[in-house]
Amino acid sequence: MTTADTHANRGLGKDVAVYVCLLVLAGIQFVIAYQDISVSQMFVRMLSVAVLEAGLALLFFMHLSENRGLMWFVLIFTVAVILGMQYGWTDSFRLSYGVPWAH
Amino acid sequence: MSQADLSIHGQVSRTSATEIMAAPAFSVPAKKMAMWLFIIADTATFAGCLVAYGFIRNSTPNWPRPFHSIINVAVMTLVLLTSSLTMLIAVRSAQKGDKAGAFRWTMITAVAGILFATLHIREWMGMIGEGATLFHNPWGTPLFGSLFFSITGLHLLHVTGGVVALIAVGLRYKGGRYRADDLEITGLYWHFVDLVWMFVVPLVYLLNVAH
Repeated sequence: MTTADTHANRGLGKDVAVYVCLLVLAGIQFVIAYQDISVSQMFVRMLSVAVLEAGLALLFFMHLSENRGLMWFVLIFTVAVILGMQYGWTDSFRLSYGVPWAH
Repeated sequence: MSQADLSIHGQVSRTSATEIMAAPAFSVPAKKMAMWLFIIADTATFAGCLVAYGFIRNSTPNWPRPFHSIINVAVMTLVLLTSSLTMLIAVRSAQKGDKAGAFRWTMITAVAGILFATLHIREWMGMIGEGATLFHNPWGTPLFGSLFFSITGLHLLHVTGGVVALIAVGLRYKGGRYRADDLEITGLYWHFVDLVWMFVVPLVYLLNVAH
């Protein structure tokens, strides 16, 4: 049985359940936008929900859960690239608030 | 192995070598793997844009928060998420051999993409109507307009490309030139476009809602 056959024989139930979860998570992001919290707290909460949404989409809509080798390949490469882009954050805080150790 | 062995077993050896060389990485067909590599590269592009946006937003005091209503964005999100589901139905239909159903759902996905793009342009027109351009806006730092239009524009470009791909692949699938696999690969791209939107909405829109 090929992967295509496996996909074809499975019902849409799981896909619809994931779709509903994604709608709920997207709704949570919109609720967070109107909470009376700081921007940094808002950022962390929204990003956490977005990562959860992306995980669901990758695993079930894009079928990564069915191929562990490919899942690790995609995950390691993507996370490595994204982590590599984070080196500038300290400088952005310095531009906003000055050098912290100068105070 | 002697030359004679090679000539006797040449055919077998060549077949084995071909099989080894052709063994797809992670048991994924080459076309699908190419799409995954494109998705990884495109993730880096969007991540670069969003990290740059975060850097500039964080280091700019009094960043503009011009969005009074997020109903349009909410509808856009609903449309794009639903289009991912219709794409899944299209692929599932194709894998079952239901050609007409697969084509119909692919076209429904494309229509959802067009609706999303229309709502997106409506959002842009509203912003432009309020005086926001790439290098100018009435709310403060001009970088807001540059980043807003660049990031959402890049995503809109991907949606537009996706709609064209969906229509082209759908028609060719209907005409018998493409198979269910090709539809599945196009679906991967479409889900990726949806996935990117999950990050664009909170970072570009929801963090900038006026309170």
